[in-house]
Amino acid sequence: MSVNESLVGAQTTEGAVMNGEVAYIIVEDGKRLKAEVIDVKSSDVVYLQVFEDTSWMKVGDPVEFTGLPLAVKLGPGILGSVTDGLQNPLYELGKIEWFLERGIEVDPLDNRTKWRFTPKVNKGDTVTGGSVLGTVPEKLFEHKIFVPFSLQGSYTIETIAAEGEYTVDEPIASVKDATGNITQLKMAFEWPVKQPMPFNERSVPEQSMPTGIRILDALFPIAYGGTACNPGPFGAGKTVLQHSLARHSQADVVIIAACGERAGEAVEVFKDFPELIDPRTGKSLMDRTYIVGNTSSMPVAAREASVYMATTVGEYYRKQGLNVLILADSTSRWAQALRETSGRKEEIPGPEAFPMYISTLISAFYDRAGVEILQDGTTSSLSIIGTVSPAGGNFDEPVTQATLLSTGSFWGLSRALSDARKYPAIDRIDSNSKYPSLLEQEEVTYLMELLRDGKTIASNIILMGEKGITDASYIRYQKAELLDAVFLQQNSFHEVDGVTTPDRLRLMFDMVKEIIDTPVNVEGKEEIRSHFNFIRQAFLDWNYMRLDEEEFEKQKTKLLNLVKKRGHVAENV
Amino acid sequence: MLQKTYENIDSIGRAILSIKAKGVHNKELAEVIYPNGQKAFAQVIALDGEQVTLQLFGGGFGVSTDCKIRFLGKPLQVGFSDDMLGRVYSGVGQPIDGGPELLADMVRVAGPSINPVKRLIPKDMIRTGVPMIDVFNTLVRSQKIPIFAKAGEPYNRLLANIATQTDADVIIIGGVGLKYDEFHYFRQRIEEAGSKNRTIMFIHTHRDSIVEGLMVPDLALAVAEKFALQGKNVFVLLSDMTQWSDYLRQVANAQDQIPANQGYPGDLYSQLASRYEKAADIESAGSLTILGVTTMDDVTHPVPDNTGYITEGQFFMKDGYLELFGSLSRLKQQVNDRTRSDHRSIMNAMARLLSEAEERVKAQKFGSVKDDYSLRLLEYRKTFQRELMDPFRYLELEDALDLCWDILSMHFKKEEVGLSSKLIEAYWPEKGKFKILKEIPHE
Repeated sequence: MSVNESLVGAQTTEGAVMNGEVAYIIVEDGKRLKAEVIDVKSSDVVYLQVFEDTSWMKVGDPVEFTGLPLAVKLGPGILGSVTDGLQNPLYELGKIEWFLERGIEVDPLDNRTKWRFTPKVNKGDTVTGGSVLGTVPEKLFEHKIFVPFSLQGSYTIETIAAEGEYTVDEPIASVKDATGNITQLKMAFEWPVKQPMPFNERSVPEQSMPTGIRILDALFPIAYGGTACNPGPFGAGKTVLQHSLARHSQADVVIIAACGERAGEAVEVFKDFPELIDPRTGKSLMDRTYIVGNTSSMPVAAREASVYMATTVGEYYRKQGLNVLILADSTSRWAQALRETSGRKEEIPGPEAFPMYISTLISAFYDRAGVEILQDGTTSSLSIIGTVSPAGGNFDEPVTQATLLSTGSFWGLSRALSDARKYPAIDRIDSNSKYPSLLEQEEVTYLMELLRDGKTIASNIILMGEKGITDASYIRYQKAELLDAVFLQQNSFHEVDGVTTPDRLRLMFDMVKEIIDTPVNVEGKEEIRSHFNFIRQAFLDWNYMRLDEEEFEKQKTKLLNLVKKRGHVAENV
Repeated sequence: MLQKTYENIDSIGRAILSIKAKGVHNKELAEVIYPNGQKAFAQVIALDGEQVTLQLFGGGFGVSTDCKIRFLGKPLQVGFSDDMLGRVYSGVGQPIDGGPELLADMVRVAGPSINPVKRLIPKDMIRTGVPMIDVFNTLVRSQKIPIFAKAGEPYNRLLANIATQTDADVIIIGGVGLKYDEFHYFRQRIEEAGSKNRTIMFIHTHRDSIVEGLMVPDLALAVAEKFALQGKNVFVLLSDMTQWSDYLRQVANAQDQIPANQGYPGDLYSQLASRYEKAADIESAGSLTILGVTTMDDVTHPVPDNTGYITEGQFFMKDGYLELFGSLSRLKQQVNDRTRSDHRSIMNAMARLLSEAEERVKAQKFGSVKDDYSLRLLEYRKTFQRELMDPFRYLELEDALDLCWDILSMHFKKEEVGLSSKLIEAYWPEKGKFKILKEIPHE
């Protein structure tokens, strides 16, 4: 009826229409373009957002309504795969066409792979949605096969497959409800992406998740089941930070939702990760990773779907008893996609033309993270780290503000720091976290005090010059600078320095504390600076050494001697 | 296919026309037929029942209600053949160099993006000979990267230099909103450099309609993509994408779209991205590298801001210099660990010291800089600017790296530069002996 880029108006001829249901528009060459109902205007006019390019559509093209909401297929085989925002596996699509031609759909889960199924229930057992029917081994762990969560009430097992090899589409069980209706069950089932999976029992995030990034683990941690956001202007290091988190975070499963961002970045992940070994499991890093790639040149309407799909998969693996981490890069692109559609629908715009409901959607999204206590009493979690790309790097804009209200950690990326090559360029003063650090709380306070002092003294130096401040203040300033240079800054491209284990973090903190607590009895700015330069140099050399290296202990001693040398000289005076 | 002609035009705007018609396809190409028989192209951009909105390639001026619209039953296409090399085309793909029209295969314009699994991780450095690029923000094959500069900076000269000094197989110049002398300059530079027979130009100058300007990147990229699929390494130069965005704003405005920031349409990001994302290193084929120009006054303006989130960095040009701060190559990490062992470290050390120096510049304004170290930092900053920031100084990468060591040793002590002891041992120049720097050292 009407076509305006990805927004299509359609007239229904028969039957009911549900807001959120999937429809297909059949264009002239017979291709079926997937779309979602986003508005029902009157009894027979609906608006659809089309997940594909709408070129060559014309008034009068037929629309088929499926009656079903947009759903994701859940079952073994998701880990290690790369799909688009609608769960089409990209490698499978690549076998058909080089380009992402529209109207091609591929089975989300490989239906040829046979999985070794071990039943855990017997005929006659009583089950309900979420009960475990059996397990199959998937990559690193035992994948539980559930009774679909959508089945409510009590069911009795009628048949259960014997131990053996089955595909995701073969029936493995059948259950009978109270009225005697029989339902066939397979290893895979669908769940609507926009509907959060209910928690069995919810708990709060209070155990910190090591990320290998010192400034985060020490000062601005994230917890299992927690949420964090890292807004920042372009070029401040959001992407490098996300990649580092994807590689080193101590989560069981990492889901990367590349939403409206550069294709090249997703490519780096899915071409590099299979080659990288995860030191904690000894297996390929890709084995714990799932990538949803709706990159910036793919159809805009599918961005929203990609974020929700990643979250639903995350919730599913949380139900498996695992600690899942979702990296959503970038939630701003998702918000922009909503803005584009909202504008075409001619809704009355909110601030910066974003739709009024944007903050509610963002909060509801982050609320899907959390700690869950499962039926068997074990605990699992889903954490979400969302990137925000504020226009002009200005954190006052609506998406950043809504995100700040909904997340537990705030890592503000700063252009001043990235210009100074102080990576990760996370603002040392303005960032915050409400989760527990890997250090003790008083240790965190101790570091933050030094950093604040350092900042104050630095601005005094600019105003009054080095000669305008006392030696004591200058030493305090140099200590703050040193803390920044050797502890907070980290070279994420370096094999050793790029990731710091909790043990090493402790070692390094103790060393930093030793340096800060040791009185420096050196006079003159030049001398003081030189003293700290030597320490910095030795500390950086130490940072690049592996823990098991022979040199490691030697360098530590050398460093301690450097620190004490000046203190000792002073005592003699 | 049956071509239908309609004459009941409803409204004519600056670049938009609306008419009642049936059976029309979204994005279909059409012809505006003037009463005197002249023709101009148009394209369907929205449908609402029988109401069809068209974008006029020739602009709305002079279009009258007694013009006819004929729908051509095909989408916008562009010719593609090797014979196009050396030729100049307009924003609708017509030759404007006085040469004959070519019989060429037609290829689709603004097609879907390549499947990410067919992309390779970019890994080949492009040597440009520009120290600020090769050392500090290395350009990598298949990168998409614009020059951010104020209007009037010599960005087109740098663009042409980079394209002709490198080993590109095919250069495609997409000129949007060029002044005539800029167009002339490109032609001249390409000919002087002996690159004409590997160059195709799609040119829109200020006398042409804005819709033609809007089409230029799509035509240039469609042709470039074909060459890349044939295994060629293609360079696409797009100058100036700020004007392109401005045209986009005008057309969106004419369609009564709700503006997002500063009047730009809400899909500015997606529109820019779908062009820049054509850059790719393609599995078992060639590559497509995009060098753009984004003129700007302020980097937080919506065009450079959105561009920065899309491209893989930017080169920031100011007062004729290529600046270190504000410039970025996101792909440099893919290659600069395989050039020379000191590359990454010295790049970071130089930058860190320069940033320290910048702080002193601020302090200097308060008259508070008196200590020796700060004064040396300020001297360092001057040397850095003079020796390295000239975008038209040609130096091989290795020489440029040596020059960096020279500059460091000229102003600093070894322990002041924050480099690992190993590197200092290997590269620190002997006292007073510079490899590249032509200056008598202090003391």
